[in-house]
Amino acid sequence: MASALSASEIIHSRQAEAPGGAAARGLQVEVRDAVVRFGDLTVLRDLELSIPAGQFLAVVGRSGCGKSTLLRLLAGLEQASRGAVSIGGAASAGLRSDVRVMFQDARLLPWKSVLDNVRIGVEGGDRSQALEALELVGLADRAKEWPSVLSGGQRQRVALARALVSNPSLLLLDEPLGALDALTRIEMQQLIERLWLERRFTAVLVTHDVSEAVALADRVVLVENGTISQDITIALARPREKDSGFSHYESSILNRVLGRRPVSVNQDGFAI
Amino acid sequence: MKSPAARNWKTGALSIGLEWLIPILVVALWQWFGSMGWISQRILPTPASVLEAGVKLIRNGDLFVYIGDSTRRAFIGFVIGGGIGFALAILNGLLPLSEKLTDSSIQMIRTIPHLSLIPLIIAWFGIGEEGKIFLVALGVAFPIYINTLHGIRSVDPGLIEMGRTYGLRGFALFRTIIYPGALPSILVGLRFALGIMWITLIVSETISANSGIGYMAMNAREFFQMDVVVLSIVIYALLGKLSDWMAKLLERSWLKWHPHYRRAK
Repeated sequence: MASALSASEIIHSRQAEAPGGAAARGLQVEVRDAVVRFGDLTVLRDLELSIPAGQFLAVVGRSGCGKSTLLRLLAGLEQASRGAVSIGGAASAGLRSDVRVMFQDARLLPWKSVLDNVRIGVEGGDRSQALEALELVGLADRAKEWPSVLSGGQRQRVALARALVSNPSLLLLDEPLGALDALTRIEMQQLIERLWLERRFTAVLVTHDVSEAVALADRVVLVENGTISQDITIALARPREKDSGFSHYESSILNRVLGRRPVSVNQDGFAI
Repeated sequence: MKSPAARNWKTGALSIGLEWLIPILVVALWQWFGSMGWISQRILPTPASVLEAGVKLIRNGDLFVYIGDSTRRAFIGFVIGGGIGFALAILNGLLPLSEKLTDSSIQMIRTIPHLSLIPLIIAWFGIGEEGKIFLVALGVAFPIYINTLHGIRSVDPGLIEMGRTYGLRGFALFRTIIYPGALPSILVGLRFALGIMWITLIVSETISANSGIGYMAMNAREFFQMDVVVLSIVIYALLGKLSDWMAKLLERSWLKWHPHYRRAK
């Protein structure tokens, strides 16, 4: 497998380059019995999830199932009313500088240039590091512009550069591609996959696009009614093509999400 | 052949000419009517005699003293009132407890027309500087307060959340996200406040003063120098226009990032 080999070569060469060894290492994430309540509403109930270091996990589910809350819990933006979250072996309390979040909207500061927006991600605001991160997403030539002149896809790339500039160990993606057009989406998926392969951070992607989940993730979990109802490992080689293996995963997850029974095993369905 | 640059210059000059056509025509007609004797000099002096009065007052130095006195009052009042309004708005925008404590009281005081306090203020301060500065400060504080508070409240909560995930808190969060986000609204308040500043000053100077442009106008009326009265009206207009232009300049340079204020390339 030539492609897998080249990917692992990239990983090795990158890890050799990484300064101090602190960077480019994913964190292991554990969620134990987590319950999140907003007033009377229980959004997450007794949720158990263990993400090994360096894994690309996708969380799918219908709107309002609690998948975004799960991501915000991992980010430290929500607190569990019961249960615990531990990141990298230590109990997590609140926000951490090695955990970065990409939101559905880019959330760039309109009064700062593209470069200065990326500099928010670096402690001390180092210019050259920020510029390097912009190069990574292919926007170094737009460094001096205002975010308002960029397209939606370019803004998300700047947000990705801002999230990655400090070499995070855990990247949380909250439907970051949801608002993009189909072609830009594919490009962004490839960019995210490439950067993940290079840096091997742990990634958690929340999405309601099952195809996107299968294209990017090592493992897909389905959240229903605030708890994980299905956990599927995607055993496909990268880069992934939309072949029969792909559509097998895609359709089986989709059927589960929609509560449909697959046609072939429709034995006890009602007939007229 | 005309170059495109020359043509651009021509259309630019034409548009400026069109803008100024009516004001120039009005002044010319006014002068003509006056010099033909159709309008009595005692009712409305001609532009030429107003100009003459201006030159005379510049020569003997009175005009600059009066303008200086008025401007000083205006800006001291503005800085005090604006500063208080701004500080209160920041406090109430960031601390819910402070808002709970003071906002409704401020809103109650706001409903009092500040010029209605003039009799009280003359009783308190006499016709000295303090009364006028107090009135200007009072008038200016509210538009700054309301617009700053509104600006802080309307900062996108998503941006604040983003800032928090990047470790910004306290003053850094305020400086990086909340203040720049509120700035467009703060500048709207600033422009309102500048307008109120001049109106308050005009009224308080015409009622009680022993220097300043309002005093100049009232004094001239006593001696029936209508040209000086008209001159002081024109000077107020110019000062108002000048401060509005400065506020616009601030908007242009502080809100460069905002698509509304960006000049076409």
